[in-house]
Amino acid sequence: MTQPSVKQVWEWLETIPDPEIPVITLVDLGIIRNVEFHGETCVVSVTPTYSGCPATSMINMDIETKLRDCGLDKIELKQQLAPAWTTDWMSDKARAALEKYGIAPPQPAGGPQRCPHCGGNHLEKLSQFGSTPCKAQWRCQDCLEPFEYFKCI
Amino acid sequence: MAVDKDKLLQFLLRQGDNTLILGHRVSEWCGHSPILEEDIALANTALDLIGQTQMWLGYAAEVQGEGKSADDLAFLRDAWDFRNVLLTELPNGDFGQTLLRQFLFDAFQSVLMGRLMKSSDETVAAIAAKASKEVAYHVERSADTVVGLGDGTEESHNRMQAALEYLWPYVGEMFESDDIDAAMAEAGIAPDPAGLREEYDALVGKVLTEATLDIPAAKYAHKGGRTGYMHTEHLGHLLATMQWLQRAYPGCEW
Ligand SMILES: [Zn+2]
Repeated sequence: MTQPSVKQVWEWLETIPDPEIPVITLVDLGIIRNVEFHGETCVVSVTPTYSGCPATSMINMDIETKLRDCGLDKIELKQQLAPAWTTDWMSDKARAALEKYGIAPPQPAGGPQRCPHCGGNHLEKLSQFGSTPCKAQWRCQDCLEPFEYFKCI
Repeated sequence: MAVDKDKLLQFLLRQGDNTLILGHRVSEWCGHSPILEEDIALANTALDLIGQTQMWLGYAAEVQGEGKSADDLAFLRDAWDFRNVLLTELPNGDFGQTLLRQFLFDAFQSVLMGRLMKSSDETVAAIAAKASKEVAYHVERSADTVVGLGDGTEESHNRMQAALEYLWPYVGEMFESDDIDAAMAEAGIAPDPAGLREEYDALVGKVLTEATLDIPAAKYAHKGGRTGYMHTEHLGHLLATMQWLQRAYPGCEW
């Protein structure tokens, strides 16, 4: 095949869901930092969300599989540590998708803005950590439902 | 200025071994915590620590230049090669003792990572920038729990005070400095740990006061971990559990 454009590769990457929160894509999450060709090799730079995130190796495998399926055979994945990932890089589309999915999106204030179920704003923190390192557990005192909050880092 | 490679390696092992050994200790709680939320929180804390270990030991292996990986350093060294402070290898004790040990370490990391973010070594600065975001969450949570248990019931208070009496003599080692620290300070890679004590005491003093806990007066400090001179008897047992698979089945992967 002829070498695809960098833009084309981004479009392919845009379709890969996050393995733990499948309603958002890796590109939405902001963890794919760069795509470029070194000769015939497609080099994709990925930054981890949390350093111990167990999904990291899964994410790398998903990227490689997707690009191979699209016809690329020389792929290099680079881990990029600096600048450290921040939830500021998450797209607005991803924030809306998270809330619809029942996860309160990150807020600079450090806590959820409203309950993703009922929109209520009487909220209490249950635990600093949730089912993954990137989330905390909260509860809505209006509808009494627990929910997860994507921590702002 | 070029820094002595062996000294940089020792500095990196100290960072990575602290997070590795404490991360393993904390992971021992997985499935055993008093309530589900705490179980999840401890497991996530352990994950962060192990993740930071991969970065520190990964860089250590690169500096060492013998073709080893972070895994080789974690699983194939013996007790006397480890450079973690003794505090991190102490047994978990009860839940309160585990969280107090975590707080005493988190507080140190929160002060240290802030300085390392300005390191003259780009990789050290990048690892510290990444770790500092996680440390901020860890110290907030461990401090809250220390206050909750210290200023809790008579039973929880007494247990926390006993834990403090046991752990406090291990705090001083974090601020020891030697020729390795002097070389790091001179090269602008890391601060002299002795210079971090005042900031640490202010942070820890504030939380322990709120927790109604009394800091023991005795100044004696156990040491020998970060230099590798002498670890406690607990480290060998920990390594036997942590390393057995790679020792029994060398190179095993899945
Ligand atoms: Zn609600």
